[in-house]
Amino acid sequence: MEEMLREYLPIIIFLAVAIGLGIVLILAAAIIAVRNPDPEKVSAYECGFNAFDDARMKFDVRFYLVSILFIIFDLEIAFLFPWAVAFKDLSMAGFWSMMLFLGVLTVGFAYEWKKGALEWE
Amino acid sequence: MQADLAILLPEILLSAFALVALLGAVYTGKDKLASALVWVTSIVMLVLAAMIGLGDATTQVAFDGTFVNDGFARFAKVVIMVAAAVVLIMSQEYMQRRGILRFEYPILVCLASVGMMVMVSAGDLISLYMGLELQSLSLYVVASLRRDSVKSTEAGMKYFVLGALSSGLLLYGASLTYGFSGTTSFSGIIQAVQGEHLSLGVLFGLVFIVSGLAFKVSAVPFHMWTPDVYEGSPTPVTAFFATAPKMAAMGLFARVMHDAFGGAVGDWQQVIAFLAVLSMFLGSIAAIGQSNIKRLMAYSSIAHMGYALMGLASGTALGVESMLVYMAIYVTMNVGTFAFILSMERNGQPVTDILSLSSLSKYAPGRAFALLVLMFSLAGVPPMLGFFGKLYVLRAAYEGGLAWLAVAGVVASVIGAFYYIRIVYYMYFGEETEELDTPRNPVLSGLLVASAVIMIAAVVLNLFGIDGAAASAAASLVN
Repeated sequence: MEEMLREYLPIIIFLAVAIGLGIVLILAAAIIAVRNPDPEKVSAYECGFNAFDDARMKFDVRFYLVSILFIIFDLEIAFLFPWAVAFKDLSMAGFWSMMLFLGVLTVGFAYEWKKGALEWE
Repeated sequence: MQADLAILLPEILLSAFALVALLGAVYTGKDKLASALVWVTSIVMLVLAAMIGLGDATTQVAFDGTFVNDGFARFAKVVIMVAAAVVLIMSQEYMQRRGILRFEYPILVCLASVGMMVMVSAGDLISLYMGLELQSLSLYVVASLRRDSVKSTEAGMKYFVLGALSSGLLLYGASLTYGFSGTTSFSGIIQAVQGEHLSLGVLFGLVFIVSGLAFKVSAVPFHMWTPDVYEGSPTPVTAFFATAPKMAAMGLFARVMHDAFGGAVGDWQQVIAFLAVLSMFLGSIAAIGQSNIKRLMAYSSIAHMGYALMGLASGTALGVESMLVYMAIYVTMNVGTFAFILSMERNGQPVTDILSLSSLSKYAPGRAFALLVLMFSLAGVPPMLGFFGKLYVLRAAYEGGLAWLAVAGVVASVIGAFYYIRIVYYMYFGEETEELDTPRNPVLSGLLVASAVIMIAAVVLNLFGIDGAAASAAASLVN
């Protein structure tokens, strides 16, 4: 029992630090911060839209496009990191697999570029 | 490594072709090249079909068992390649005239076909899912190809949402199976699930995998997306949905059931028999009320999937053989029928109402007769080819000890015959209506006639020996 509780000690400490830090930050904001509210500042933040509006509004498809393109390259990075970390232990097959993956991704990128998906106007 | 890649050569060639074609087209003529690209793609596919069909006939395993190239996979791949190539050829003129032929279309069909080839060759849950997703993602896009039409985008959206749901079910099943058997490879799973009783976890995994796959083959009760997607998609795309992906999904179904769960036939047999019965009856009964021929074909395909599943449900090599023969026949019948549907036009506008076929035999006796042959074959009226397809699966079910299933199949087939024969009735005895246009595209007429001729000639010519090929394919899967 003692043993088990000791194993959980770091978590307790971590919890205490997290809660403490959270309280300090909130209190600091409440005590020291300069207050000069205006309607724009206090409204909820929503990128480029009115925060409270009809949910069924028309939405520019370009926003989706940008986020989809972002996700693809985001995932590419997510794959590249473990590959780079384990690079020393990889065989040539591992190296060329990643090159092939990047190549296929580049084909997609060249396609979307040529199609004009990256032009905002 | 080199040897592994050599086994994957057809898949690699097709994907490389898709990538090169994509870049080549986007940097040069774009949509102006679309027609040429459709033809080139279908030629590439036919060449690959020949390469796969005539190539090495042994069982090869690549990448530590994640990819299996055996007789079963080759049979399915040849059917898939030929069906995809023929459907591409059918689409070209139709889509061009309506201005929806984009150069991405043949490329997406190409990528979907690569996915299907991986599906039927999967030897591991990971490669299974990879193939399935490559196929599905391409098909979602193709479904909403006519993107300024509400119906087409709705079809794509529905297909996407429900397809994602089914992929989720499948993945859940796959993760349960992995969790309880400790491996993702089929050869490992089959060793882990040997024995009288499956552990509860594996059983749940199996049921979820079956549900996910049933979605893809549009078996009842996972069929709801089919009529809407078939109706909303552009007709050539519907023709594609009804042929190659169905073969691929049935192939994958048989592969998972026998390669991974072959030791637990008793556990999945009842589930698949249940799916088969429901599909046959719902497909036959719900089609009666349809007046749109594309929706009618959707229900027809649901019923046909029921028959193919009946073969699979028997759990024997004969069952797999009958399923393969059935699917090959089904694909041929559908190619012919869709060649006819694509040429159904009045004043240049496509019509899909079956009443528009009224008295077709008066002004186009040849086409009416060809469609009559196809309808009788779809209904399973002897001596058409469709009858022998049904006979095969019924025999497999009976010899597999599922006599009740065979009886149910016969009853459903009789009910289903009603709506096929109703079309024939309209053509020959219907009231005079405004005539349909004479088809302008010789490709469609040619395919219609060819398909109708096969329906009769294949019976005389002993099914072109396809049953022998199917038998050896089934033997390579079930042992």
